[in-house]
Amino acid sequence: MAKMKFLCDAERCIECNGCVTACKNANEVPWGVNRRRVVTLNDGVPGEKSISVACMHCTDAPCAAVCPVDCFYTTADGVVLHDKDLCIGCGYCFYACPFGAPQYPSPQQRVFAVRGKMDKCTFCAGGPEEVGSKAEFDKYGANRLAEGKLPACAEMCATKALLAGDGDMLADIYRKRVMRRAGRPETWGWDKAYGAGV
Amino acid sequence: MKSSLNPVQDRSSRSRLGKLVLLGFLGAVFLIVALPLTGYLLVGETAAQAQQGATNPLSEYWRGAREGTQGYTAVTAPQANVLITDSGQNWRQIRNGPLATYGAWLMFLVLAILAVLFLVRGRIDIDGGRKGMTVERWKLSDRTLHWFTAVLFILLGITGLSLLYGRAVLMPVMGPEAFAAYAQGAIYVHNYLGLFFGIGLLLMIVKWFRVNIPKGHDLGWFLSGGGMLKGKHPHAGFVNAGEKLLFWTLFFVGGAIVVTGVILLFPVLGQSREVMQISLIIHAVTSILVISFIFGHIYLATVAMKGSMEGMVGGRVDVNWARQHHDLWMKELEEKGVKPQPAADAEPPPKPAEEPRPAAS
Repeated sequence: MAKMKFLCDAERCIECNGCVTACKNANEVPWGVNRRRVVTLNDGVPGEKSISVACMHCTDAPCAAVCPVDCFYTTADGVVLHDKDLCIGCGYCFYACPFGAPQYPSPQQRVFAVRGKMDKCTFCAGGPEEVGSKAEFDKYGANRLAEGKLPACAEMCATKALLAGDGDMLADIYRKRVMRRAGRPETWGWDKAYGAGV
Repeated sequence: MKSSLNPVQDRSSRSRLGKLVLLGFLGAVFLIVALPLTGYLLVGETAAQAQQGATNPLSEYWRGAREGTQGYTAVTAPQANVLITDSGQNWRQIRNGPLATYGAWLMFLVLAILAVLFLVRGRIDIDGGRKGMTVERWKLSDRTLHWFTAVLFILLGITGLSLLYGRAVLMPVMGPEAFAAYAQGAIYVHNYLGLFFGIGLLLMIVKWFRVNIPKGHDLGWFLSGGGMLKGKHPHAGFVNAGEKLLFWTLFFVGGAIVVTGVILLFPVLGQSREVMQISLIIHAVTSILVISFIFGHIYLATVAMKGSMEGMVGGRVDVNWARQHHDLWMKELEEKGVKPQPAADAEPPPKPAEEPRPAAS
């Protein structure tokens, strides 16, 4: 089976937030929940880099390791999903995740640590409900993988900075890009394009 | 052969050879020192090249991202502008590793020690049996406060431990659905009742502060192991040294539980994820410490000593019990002239125990 991965090419990302919008639209994610976000480092400074980040679908997922009710599971495609019927909204996955992927429906009203069921990127692979059912869509959003499509964020990416798919194929695509750019583009791109010190 | 025939010529050729060797040696030394120094001739050009290409200007960039540099993001959520947060991995390893492991060992160890203690000592009788006369030990307000906090403590302890150990212990037995349903209830109980426990603990600390101030005779109590080591019971006032130790444990460690609990309960206060991670570790460690201590407290009050529980249930204790366990307090009461009253159950009233029922018609 494929091993699904996201890859964001920092040389290509232009911080348009199209992926964020595509995700919200495809999955009808409620207010306050952002399964994906774009982070710009050194914003406004020459050499700034933007990266679109969501759940990275880790092989040894920290969220799954600390979940008190063990509601996480990994699909055959290597996608990390969780069961909202089991989730108790304790927030431990939010503490453990390095990427800030776990989201909660009421971040503004978290008095007494009431968070509601955790929500996160599903790699557009739905959840533990009948495939294509209304229950699946309501709880987890679209199941595009079952329809033979890739995640909406990556498909929508205008510059093809955000790639989604089998990890080996993504690595091949990225390697080709690197060779075409010559040298070490992911660390040298700005200098190559605009000259050093600009 | 030749050299022996013409010693003069031989001597001169030998000295010429020696000069050559010396010259060669000096030349080599000169080159060893001088050749690397030629680098200085090229220094201008070389240094310029090194400055241009020595450090990759972006090599620290991604290292910084790895260590949690803050960037900009359009998403308005706490710490959404951080690409990678490292501390979660430490939190995971501490919680799932030493915290869970040593915490469980500590609690089992305490229970095992108490079980051994019970097998060795059994129930300790009141010296000279019950006198049948009682004195007041805990007022109704004290008892209410104690049981209010105690019931909450037990509820919070069970629900809290369920969140830490339930996945390993309860889930295989109950199944994921039933355990998740219980855990959902447990987290609500834990989160909503936690503050009430904090209030109870605070009132306890204020109300019982005075009697728990350490005194000189407390040292003797500890040295004799609270009367467990030596046959004679050590001196103790209204509160013995062990109870004082529990009080001060609750004061400091229990205080830490409440403070970290409040931090975890109100993420709206704006505390960072790192603060909550540390708080949760402190909360769990201190809770396990206090739970272990309370195991001992419950054992001593219920199983170990006869007559101990009565003070916290009915409020009155037998005079002989008081003399045995809290001799200084009893002496104080006698000096004050407090008169013991007959116990309600020790001397049954002359009337029959059952009240006369209305005649059935």
